[in-house]
Amino acid sequence: MSAAGDHDALDRAIVRATQAGLPLVPRPWEAVASAVGASPSLVTERLRAMLSSGAIRRIGAVPNHWRLGWTANGMSVWDVDDAKVDELGQRVGALPGVTHCYRRPRRLPAWRYNLFAMVHGRDRTEVEAQVAAIAGVLGGASRAHEVLYSTRILKKTGLRFA
Amino acid sequence: MPGLTDPVDRSLVDALHGDFPLIERPFAAVGERLDLDERDVIARIRALLDDGTLTRFGPLFDAGRLGGAYTLAAMAVPPEAFDRMAQIVNAFPEVAHNYARDHRLNLWFVLATPAPEDVDAAIVRIEAATGLPVLSFPKEREYFVELKLPA
Repeated sequence: MSAAGDHDALDRAIVRATQAGLPLVPRPWEAVASAVGASPSLVTERLRAMLSSGAIRRIGAVPNHWRLGWTANGMSVWDVDDAKVDELGQRVGALPGVTHCYRRPRRLPAWRYNLFAMVHGRDRTEVEAQVAAIAGVLGGASRAHEVLYSTRILKKTGLRFA
Repeated sequence: MPGLTDPVDRSLVDALHGDFPLIERPFAAVGERLDLDERDVIARIRALLDDGTLTRFGPLFDAGRLGGAYTLAAMAVPPEAFDRMAQIVNAFPEVAHNYARDHRLNLWFVLATPAPEDVDAAIVRIEAATGLPVLSFPKEREYFVELKLPA
């Protein structure tokens, strides 16, 4: 097996060993290392490599933002001119209250929106102000929009690979 | 402000957003910055996980960069069947997140799978299990992703 193939298998093993969370022990990387059968220094080296490749977005805490007081979560969706969506999407994503911003396919006739911008606030008034700021950036390039507020978090485990 | 009332927990959650050190005793290092000892850091994280303030603590993986795939999917569920359908969808290990939203499309979930072709297979199985059509919205372009809200 190639070195890259070895890394691939080890990386997958590290994903499986940590996707539900790090062991809460004084030496967590050692615990991960013994779970995957590698040395701690190799495990931290692979974690560093996965951080720099973007396979790991970050290592840290995932808060339930509802519990932190961010109880208003609006998924704003916009029908934006295809010729302008990429340039405008960058600008919408850069707005301070926007936490995620993606272009996604329309599903006509059921769904006309191609730009999705997630907005969080401590109440709906804050979300509405953010949505107004997005509308200001998009101007006439947006033909319609809606805000879908979340009413319940039903599951938030993150990815689970077998 | 609403949210975490304990100022120590609040600074701990902020300090744990990212950059958890890849060193032998990372909890001790985090504690040093906050004037907490290692045992206290670990006990507080455990308590925050137990009471649901944190949903997880560890590396956040990007399925796409691991050779897998994501999609955002939505269903229009009749209100009287909502809880039952949500349970059926939640039972799929491919479902990483699931939210109820106030819209005709009232169930929105993220699928994350180890291989790209598994996404469509999971959708077919979810449609079969629920008897409802699933709309899939794979990302075509990512403009920004950074969920950092002050605790």
